[in-house]
Amino acid sequence: MRGVRWLLLKDLQILRRSPLQAALLVAYPILIAVLVGFAISPGPNDPRVAFLNEVPSGTRINVGDQELPQVNVRERICQRVECVSVADREEASSKVESGDVLAALILPANLVNKINSLSTLAPGVPEVEVLVNEENAVKAELVDDRITSLLAQANLAIARRMGNEGSRYLRLLINGGEFKVLGESIPILGLRATARILEAVSPAVPPDLRPSLEQVRDFASQARDNLDVAQPLLDRLTQPIAVKKVVVAGESPPLETFAIAVAATLTLAFVVVLLVAGSLALEREENAFPRLTRGLISSSGLLAEKILLGIGVGLAVTLLMLLGMQLFVPLEWERVGLWLVAILASGAALGAAGAALGAAAREVRAVSLLAFMVTLPIAFLSLVPSGAVSPAVFDAIRFLTALFPFKPALQAITAGLDEAGPGIGRPLLHLAALAGVYAFIARIALRRFSAV
Amino acid sequence: MRVSGIVKRFDGREALRGVSFEAHPGELVAVIGPNGAGKTTLLSILAGILAPDAGTVGSPDGQVGWVPQQAALYRRLTVEENLLLFARLEGRDEPQAATEEMLELTGLRDRRGEIIARLSGGNQQRINIAIGLLARPAVLLLDEPSVGLDPRQRARLWEFVSGLAGGGTTVIFSTHDIQEAERYGGRVLVLADGESLFDGSAEELREAVRREAPDAADRDFETAFVAYLHHRGH
Repeated sequence: MRGVRWLLLKDLQILRRSPLQAALLVAYPILIAVLVGFAISPGPNDPRVAFLNEVPSGTRINVGDQELPQVNVRERICQRVECVSVADREEASSKVESGDVLAALILPANLVNKINSLSTLAPGVPEVEVLVNEENAVKAELVDDRITSLLAQANLAIARRMGNEGSRYLRLLINGGEFKVLGESIPILGLRATARILEAVSPAVPPDLRPSLEQVRDFASQARDNLDVAQPLLDRLTQPIAVKKVVVAGESPPLETFAIAVAATLTLAFVVVLLVAGSLALEREENAFPRLTRGLISSSGLLAEKILLGIGVGLAVTLLMLLGMQLFVPLEWERVGLWLVAILASGAALGAAGAALGAAAREVRAVSLLAFMVTLPIAFLSLVPSGAVSPAVFDAIRFLTALFPFKPALQAITAGLDEAGPGIGRPLLHLAALAGVYAFIARIALRRFSAV
Repeated sequence: MRVSGIVKRFDGREALRGVSFEAHPGELVAVIGPNGAGKTTLLSILAGILAPDAGTVGSPDGQVGWVPQQAALYRRLTVEENLLLFARLEGRDEPQAATEEMLELTGLRDRRGEIIARLSGGNQQRINIAIGLLARPAVLLLDEPSVGLDPRQRARLWEFVSGLAGGGTTVIFSTHDIQEAERYGGRVLVLADGESLFDGSAEELREAVRREAPDAADRDFETAFVAYLHHRGH
């Protein structure tokens, strides 16, 4: 252990003596991690949308004789998007073209009249106008999704109102009451009262007419009962399919937490793999390896020292990054113990993998290239969700990513950050197994270091 | 140090074929031979880095110090940091005192704070040798210590090494420079294709060259030595 301590001190001195390389070693992975984090995070929840309401103020939506309560349309829409007020269509169009806003939503002056016509004998087609700038496919897709979602909600709200109105008519038909049309109030008897009246007058009706009366009374009763059944049907019409979500596999934390876990794992992976692989290869490049292993320290001791170096520096950089992230997304500090366990276990497995790479490649430049060539694709493959590719390809990806510590490290850190994620036990066992396997491979590969 | 019947094979090829010799305290033994003769392999076996396939190496009490051909130093650390690190790794009771001792011995006390990468090749080699001496070995093995040094640096290096031998350290060094071996080696061991061709003093080697390559005896020693090797089938 004495040798490990002095070599650790030496490696830290070398790191301190190479500020540019040390800064790059830390800054570059963090940059990649933050970029990936941004890419997979939900982004701004409220995209900027220019909003122009040309509907005259005070115009109300009527369904039948009912005037719906006045709704602040702007307020409703702006709950879902960040509204940017514009004075006219030209301004709206200009903001969309310049990219200042994602899209422009224009409610034309005749919109409410068209909606009101839906409950008349000559229904029109209400339309809203959407101005978009489809400068790239991703943006076009995003705008389509947002606008479709907004309109689906608006349609649903109107359909509910109309459904409610239909239900009211049905209740009036069944139970009777007052019906207002053109300012006049018309009493409606209702099927229930009709059946009761027919039953009451039945004894006074001549016997030869009673069968006909019975038929009318039966019709009134059947119509009342069947229309009662129709009401829940009408209620369901506005939302015929409800969603019942059942999670059968995987528990996912919030997307923000996952993005932070991805960023932290990427940082940890690059720092640890590059540092361990590079510092091990440096022992050979400086010709120090044979001198060290001539009784000053064993090959296993040297490997342990490099892995410890990776764990220590990786832990410091990752914690620093999480502290930075805390400025934007609150983290669950009461789970800090689990973070540390996850980072330490991940650091050990990634360090062992780095040692295997360093021992195999032997030269610092080759090692750096190899570390990037291995870590980056594995990291991206680890983010491919099931269903995104064919089952056979996904099985291949799953097999491949299970061989490198990135994916279990991501799972462990995700579990450490948020309890909604998968359990931490399994990824920790996976990491422990990989740490053992890679340390063994590194130990075997180190034999080539001694070749004269 | 007693070396007996050392054999080493790499992928079936014999790099050393039964090499034997002895070296005594304070002796400077030069191992010479052309490239590929097996000099580095022999020194690596003596240093314990490689295991022989056959034969034995008997070391005296005390460690065998080894100085590799290329400086085994951390170029981003200073002279003092390198010496201190290896003194600690060697387990010296007072690593700082050992470092001071080596700084004195190498004459680099004034440059203790300089990083190794800024030192000349000769000064790097002095630190390289000083690290090999930190364990206070009874035998010091130097693998082509003067490669890449200019004549002045070489002269200072040999002055330093001769001083060590004068202090009782057995020094075994490899070189392919016949004149260097003749000048500094109290004894010369000639290797060619892994075979030991000669073991004796520089004078005895001259006699052997004259005897076995008389046609080249009047020419310079290096030419005569090449003719000698040729005569011996190498």
